[in-house]
Amino acid sequence: MREAPPESGRNHDALEAALVKMIVCMKQVPMVSELPWDRKTGLLKREAAEGMMNPACKSALEAALRIKEGHGGHITAITMGPPMAAEILHEALSMGADRCLLVSDPRMAGADTMATSAVLARAIETFCSDFDLVLCGCHTSDSETAQVGPQMGEELGISSIASVDDLKLTGRRLRVERVSDHFLETLEMDLPGLVTVTTAHYTPRYIPMAGLQDAFREPSILTAGAHDLGMDEAELGLEGSPTRILEVFSSTAGKQNVVLAGTPRKIVEELFERFDDAIGSVIRKDLKAVK
Amino acid sequence: MGEGKRSIWVFGDYRNYFQNRVTLQLISRASDLAKAIDATVCVTVFGHGVDEWVWEYTCHGARKIYVCDHEKLKFYSNDIYLHLMEKLVREHRPEILLVGATAFGREFAPRLAKRLKTGLTADCIGLDIGEDGLLVQTAPAFGGNMLTKIVTPVKRPQMATVRPGTFQEIPHDNDAVAEIVRVPLPDDLPEDRVTLVSSVRQPERVQKLEDAAVVVCGGRGMGSRKKFRNLYELARILGGEVGATRPVVYSKWADEEALVGQADKHISPRVLISFGISGAIQHTAGIRDAGFIIAVNKNPHATMMKMADVAIVADANQVCTALIKELRKRIRS
Repeated sequence: MREAPPESGRNHDALEAALVKMIVCMKQVPMVSELPWDRKTGLLKREAAEGMMNPACKSALEAALRIKEGHGGHITAITMGPPMAAEILHEALSMGADRCLLVSDPRMAGADTMATSAVLARAIETFCSDFDLVLCGCHTSDSETAQVGPQMGEELGISSIASVDDLKLTGRRLRVERVSDHFLETLEMDLPGLVTVTTAHYTPRYIPMAGLQDAFREPSILTAGAHDLGMDEAELGLEGSPTRILEVFSSTAGKQNVVLAGTPRKIVEELFERFDDAIGSVIRKDLKAVK
Repeated sequence: MGEGKRSIWVFGDYRNYFQNRVTLQLISRASDLAKAIDATVCVTVFGHGVDEWVWEYTCHGARKIYVCDHEKLKFYSNDIYLHLMEKLVREHRPEILLVGATAFGREFAPRLAKRLKTGLTADCIGLDIGEDGLLVQTAPAFGGNMLTKIVTPVKRPQMATVRPGTFQEIPHDNDAVAEIVRVPLPDDLPEDRVTLVSSVRQPERVQKLEDAAVVVCGGRGMGSRKKFRNLYELARILGGEVGATRPVVYSKWADEEALVGQADKHISPRVLISFGISGAIQHTAGIRDAGFIIAVNKNPHATMMKMADVAIVADANQVCTALIKELRKRIRS
């Protein structure tokens, strides 16, 4: 699946050996805040929303691009999603990724983080088994579980570090910095490894429109389905997911939503008359009116 | 344990004040859940010189504590703690395993779930036992506008992470007793593949807003920088903290520190009073874990008003002033 190195006539093997082979996993997330979802299954109707590259994934790609610029490298961008998710792969190409893989299969829909991380790990093993470093966004803006990256690391059996702000590669040794539970940590690990990247330090480069258009013209996106990964239905989508969604409801459901209006003084009086316990129990004060 | 009673486990996370608090909060919630399924609340404590925490968890409701105390466990390490935890879980088969959604927990829990091949729900804001005895996990979805109820029907343990401040801890009880199980360091402990080069404790002050039980949050609707200062007095009386929206911080009515929102601070106060905030998604995603919400806005149709338990249609600053006055009166007694 490997592309030919840009310059022919040299010793390709030696050139390739020096490159840092990186994989950036990314997700297309909805740009809108109000999302349509299927009331029966509780699943998001992703096809109905306009998408963008998840911000932290973009920072992960930026981190990979800087390593590539500093050390020489090769970047494969991978996403799992419906066909329209190819949009963010075009964007990745325009930013500087070398090739892209879209993992797409209707049977993969409804996957939780367990099933998603299994598919992505299998895609990496199938198409880029000689990788050095996997980079993911630390979390996505639509589900925010932050689980897929660390779970992929487990699935691939490699060392991993989550939520890193900064990374520096020296030979095969990766040094990262992060803030974790109020500790400013500096950590190191050997490659191959996986990191999930925050948006703190890596501001993605600006892509001029022309570059984006060029990327869309280039037909350099590989596509793979479950069959190409040698996975069967039991490992995919809902069936491969240990969790089940019982229901989805508006976060404001169950709120009493009592409306108070009038003069501020009257409102405040009524507020304490009706809700003094709700407030008083938290601040541990008796707010009953002085008789 | 095997044929014995079922158990609900809490991962003992104690490295700093907030990690410790969330552990106590989870022990408390686990105790409620345990009543519904007749289970024992167990806590694991890994580290070096951790008797202090064993004592603390006992006093706060743990009934059984698995302690592994060894020099090699001195630093929080995913590789090593995961190995230990996986071993213990496989041996004792808890029904439920709860982990605090601290930075450590959010990395540790998904990896553990992967090793145990079980389901995990992130950042739960509600945990209950359903009619069928399953753990019903309520978690925010789609940027916070929606909530989902999730179960893990078949795989065990049923795993969930919970942010600090979601549940209330059980008061300290000096007479409480727990069974202490000393776990020897396994001989097959793996090498830590990640080397800790340095770890510098940052001041914890910065988390004040995230951990506050009461937050008074203000938006542009407060009117001016001077009027915005009023919120600090209200927060002081309530023993709470002040939060702000992005436009307010841009206008320099409040410090960057106070910024609450999707990419900024996520807060989970038990009471949130929101003044003059319309409720853009960038802000509401940061307050989705708030408990009782009072919103004040001249516009009754503002998103923030729809999200509130009590929606007050009035001028934000005037209501703030009236609240301060009324509270002074009532609290004096």
